[in-house]
Amino acid sequence: MTRLTGREDWERQYRASPSDVVENTTMSGLEVDPVYGPDDGEFPGQWPYTRGPYASMYRGRLWTMRMFAGFGTAVDTNARFKELLGAGGTGLSVAFDLPTLMGTDSDDPAALGEVGKSGVAVDTLADMETLFDGIDLGSVSTSMTINSPAAIVMAMYVAVGEEHGTPRRRLAGTLQNDILKEYQAQKEYIFPPRPSVRLVNDVVRFCTAEMPLWHPVSISGYHIREAGSTAAQELAFTLANGFAYVEAARASGLEVDVFGKRLSFFFNAHIDFFEEIAKYRAARRIWARWLRHRYGATDERAMQLRFHTQTAGVSLTAQQPEVNIARVAIEALAGVLGGTQSLHTDSFDEALALPTEKAARIALRTQQVIAYETGVTAVADPLGGSYFVESLTDRLEAEAEAIFAHLDELGQGSILEGVYRGIEEGWFQGEIAQASADFERKVNDGRRVLVGVNRFAQADEPEADILYIGAEAEALQRRRLADTKARRDGAVVEKALAKVRQEAARPETNLVPSLLEAVRSYATVGEVVGALAQVFGTWTERAVV
Amino acid sequence: MSEPKLSTVPVVRVLVTKVGLDGHDRGVKVVARMLRDAGFEVIYGGLRQTPQTIAETVLQEDVDVVGLSMHSGGHLTLAPAVIEALARRGLDVPVVVGGIIPERDRATLREAGVAEVLNPGASEGQVVAAVRRAAQRRAAPATPGGD
Repeated sequence: MTRLTGREDWERQYRASPSDVVENTTMSGLEVDPVYGPDDGEFPGQWPYTRGPYASMYRGRLWTMRMFAGFGTAVDTNARFKELLGAGGTGLSVAFDLPTLMGTDSDDPAALGEVGKSGVAVDTLADMETLFDGIDLGSVSTSMTINSPAAIVMAMYVAVGEEHGTPRRRLAGTLQNDILKEYQAQKEYIFPPRPSVRLVNDVVRFCTAEMPLWHPVSISGYHIREAGSTAAQELAFTLANGFAYVEAARASGLEVDVFGKRLSFFFNAHIDFFEEIAKYRAARRIWARWLRHRYGATDERAMQLRFHTQTAGVSLTAQQPEVNIARVAIEALAGVLGGTQSLHTDSFDEALALPTEKAARIALRTQQVIAYETGVTAVADPLGGSYFVESLTDRLEAEAEAIFAHLDELGQGSILEGVYRGIEEGWFQGEIAQASADFERKVNDGRRVLVGVNRFAQADEPEADILYIGAEAEALQRRRLADTKARRDGAVVEKALAKVRQEAARPETNLVPSLLEAVRSYATVGEVVGALAQVFGTWTERAVV
Repeated sequence: MSEPKLSTVPVVRVLVTKVGLDGHDRGVKVVARMLRDAGFEVIYGGLRQTPQTIAETVLQEDVDVVGLSMHSGGHLTLAPAVIEALARRGLDVPVVVGGIIPERDRATLREAGVAEVLNPGASEGQVVAAVRRAAQRRAAPATPGGD
């Protein structure tokens, strides 16, 4: 490539990067360099990106502080969004309720008791119109955490953009749209794996062609970890899912250098501090190597892994919940030292309920303390070169490679097929359940200490002040839905749904345009999912305990 | 697994399951293993069960205790619905609820007939003890014939 030493090459890149936004002296007044390491070593922004995707890292740009929000009806969440934007936020992150995530309408008996509880209820385009009412979609970026019905909800967002006069090419944001980890961990699946991956890939194809600012899939280890996996499993299963999507996209004729740049990742930040940091470092290195060597990427941006981080909900305790503030701070710090591009910090009361406003504010302030007070942003990959962290990085990479080899063998040379088989045979689910049981056993016999739970417990804890969502939202949302159904033209809805069924039966056809047409007719999420299910069928997992 | 054991101590059959749309199954699986290790006969009901399918399983499998794992905030609607579905079939089977249950909802759940409510982070000992208490409460009144 070049005769420059690692340092010279880095300096060239660094000078071309955005200027400093952070203080670069210690409290004693000592000036610190943007990075440390031997001249001929690997630097940030250099292959295989172990030390970070950018030469300047946080000196060029801090991570995005993106807080996940959503509850009740679209009216409630719209108000919360406006508050967040008014407070200086530039990114929105939508939490949908369980019925929406499962493609079940609010008036379906199966949704009973869960409408608007753990996120906002969205049944039709009318709800998305309300959700983003008065918000300029051309100037915010929006993250939407949804998987099985992801294509439908993205179509709604595009339709709202059209109504606002914001063309789809100007819409910026991220759709989680990572169905594989649903079968492995979070279990919010509807259709069987293969047609589901086709839907994911249809979104990737559509966005690659028409939505240059959109990240069509966020390959997520977060939920794998929350389901009880180890850090090594989180790393390996997530990247394997990433390879699977790459294989699916290439099989449909997309160029890895083109769509590869639009893929993003989402990892957990758990409490085992150094292992987490090593996990992010290993993830970047593995992705770069596989994208170049196995999938033939030549564009650096397609090889650079960028990720969002969320602190570990599962590490929060209902006992002495204020102590969670300390846990979240440590976990968030691991994400930052590992070079995250975006971060959500959990609120201390989330082992009890959705966060109160006060708890959510403390969580955001925790990120601001790390960003503006601690000085950790001045130096990229400050733990690079630590004997311990480097060794952990290598060992996690080796553990992950062993898992890839297993999946490659299962799939007879295809990671995508290996992942399908692993899901169908319950292999992922069994591995996660075993890891989770092992951890629990250690907690039970005291080998793993949980402060406030199996040690330092406190009797007579006062009752915590929590956000309480009553049953009103459910009734209100049912009325909103009945209203919309009464106002729409049933014949147009039927025609649009028939088109969805027709195109679902043609695997080469991209479904997104017909989904757009369906949502514009105010067909409900449940109706569209129903139309797809008539062709795709539904999935029931083989239970593995 | 389902072979009847010859023993003077009757084996307690526990159905552990999820009800509603929530797929968070780490807790329910851990509890299933804890109970199995403690000598219960455990039936794992899996995800997305409805009050009706749960009542059906209780009937078919001759279940002694039902354990529900709930994380979605829908417990005040769903747990009473399970109790009602059991009652409608004349099944007097205690229901134990665990998961993310706010303190203020515990009394409401007990009033609705839930036998035991477990805290998040309940230890193996607490889980096993709660299920035993629930099972004993069931055994105390004359069990309807057929056992």
